Amino acid sequence: MTPRRAEHVAIGLMVSGAFLALAILFFIIAVIMIKGLPHITARFLLDNPMDMGRAGGIFSTIVSTVYLLVVSLVIAIPLGVGTAIYLTEYTEEGKITKIVRFGTECLAGVPSIILGLFGFILFVIKLGFGWSVLSGGISLAIMILPVIIRTSEEAIKSVPQAFRDVNEVLGGSKWQGVTRLVLPNAAPGILTGVILSVGRGIGETAVVIFTLGTSLRTPFSIFDSGRSMAVHFYILAREGISMDNAYATAAVLVFSILIINIFSYYLMHKFVEARR
Amino acid sequence: MSAKTVVIEARDVSLRVGEKKILERINLEIRRNEIFGIMGPAGSGKTSFLKLVNHTFRAAGMALEGALYVLGEDVLGEDVNPTPLRRKVSMVFATPVVLPMSIFENLVYGLKIQGIRDKHTLREAAERGLKAAILWEEVRDRLHKPAQKLSGGQQQRLCIARAMALSPEILLLDEPTSGLDPISTFRIEEALKELKRHHAIVLVSNNTKQIARVSDRCAFFLMGELIETGKTAQVFTVPKEKKTDDYIAGRFG
Ligand SMILES: Nc1ncnc2c1ncn2[C@@H]1O[C@H](COP(=O)(O)OP(=O)(O)O)[C@@H](O)[C@H]1O
Ligand SMILES: [Mg+2]
Repeated sequence: MTPRRAEHVAIGLMVSGAFLALAILFFIIAVIMIKGLPHITARFLLDNPMDMGRAGGIFSTIVSTVYLLVVSLVIAIPLGVGTAIYLTEYTEEGKITKIVRFGTECLAGVPSIILGLFGFILFVIKLGFGWSVLSGGISLAIMILPVIIRTSEEAIKSVPQAFRDVNEVLGGSKWQGVTRLVLPNAAPGILTGVILSVGRGIGETAVVIFTLGTSLRTPFSIFDSGRSMAVHFYILAREGISMDNAYATAAVLVFSILIINIFSYYLMHKFVEARR
Repeated sequence: MSAKTVVIEARDVSLRVGEKKILERINLEIRRNEIFGIMGPAGSGKTSFLKLVNHTFRAAGMALEGALYVLGEDVLGEDVNPTPLRRKVSMVFATPVVLPMSIFENLVYGLKIQGIRDKHTLREAAERGLKAAILWEEVRDRLHKPAQKLSGGQQQRLCIARAMALSPEILLLDEPTSGLDPISTFRIEEALKELKRHHAIVLVSNNTKQIARVSDRCAFFLMGELIETGKTAQVFTVPKEKKTDDYIAGRFG
């Protein structure tokens, strides 16, 4: 085979790979939408589940999901962005940064079922938080922390060094440079990481089922148990309670992820425009 | 402060990083109301010298000797408080670095980080800076437009304006026109000549013609050593050192 021919074949394979990925995505979305959409009504969104989810809607699971995500982000964003700032701005590349980075990589590699079990033992049992939004939020925060750290680090590193130099020669402290120049300019990248995390968190079941529990009641306090949409879908489908409601829940999930993605692109775009 | 006061005085300043000698026993004086030019080929230590003056040189394993008095204070020590120093000694880099914000926000950045919030004070400082950099007429109507929309030459003058908004005593410029066209270069040189009426200007340039055009006194650095310093007219007409003569004639560097 001539190099030219080889190149053509390779490009052909790559293009078909890309199309295959797209096709699978569309297939999944289509199946879920076709099977789920007909069952989504205002009542389905606004009523609480009845009879284990056989009847009624999914309101309490929506509340649980949002509550859980908010708590995990409130924990993971400051911790993750803080770690990233420390690694990039306050330490020289060396042993410490390598150890911390290796640690986060390992954390990212821990299977979520193990993380769920860990959360169950530590937060639910040992610390006595019970199945609760708090236990679930902390466990989920641990799961998304590596993503937030890594994307924040990349975002912070992509802010030109010259901005920090300008801050320095104008008499600014390191901290002022970080808060006034580095973070605002890294914000779109950090936001990307947060969105990615929300996407992962919203679909997570293994961690959540062990720590948030499966209660169908609407959680009010941070110590209340709840059931996220993903867990609800899992239980409905696995126990064969109602395939219709399972697909409808899945459709709502997929829709939420789509909307979050579109909204975040819009935000990022506005952000970049505003700074141009 | 009276005219011709010495504002920077280097006494046997040496700088090493590890084994490498970056500056060797530099002795010179820079005064108020003058443009002091520093010329020399790349790697001769010009930037390093400027960075010592505003206390921004940092390297693992650096060692300093001698004394460098800036406005009466030796700035080579570890215990120098850099913040007040950098308000009195401002610096402009070779490539214009405008921050991704409006022209006005760029100008008042240095004041805002001091906690100054008063609108009137900020506006006054911005205007003072722009006038000092001869940029006021060009941008007075669009202070709240993004600074990155300005041309390269305007951006560099904005950087000078931003430095001058802090009302420093000394302005350090590190090859400020190296990336600019002749007209922008001319404008900046005009601005510098105006600025020396109230300030001390240190202009680093690897363009000997520029040093000859605008500086009052100058120094020639070569591989970390100060080869010659004196009145510009004298250095360029009757240099004391053969190396200076060779450099000015373009025989190396
Ligand atoms: N932070 C630093 N650490 C180590 N070496 C440096 C550092 N900064 C500059 N140098 C070295 O010092 C020498 C002089 O550099 P510089 O002051 O930038 O020269 P110039 O501005 O005249 O081109 C160069 O050889 C450069 O590699
Ligand atoms: Mg230099």
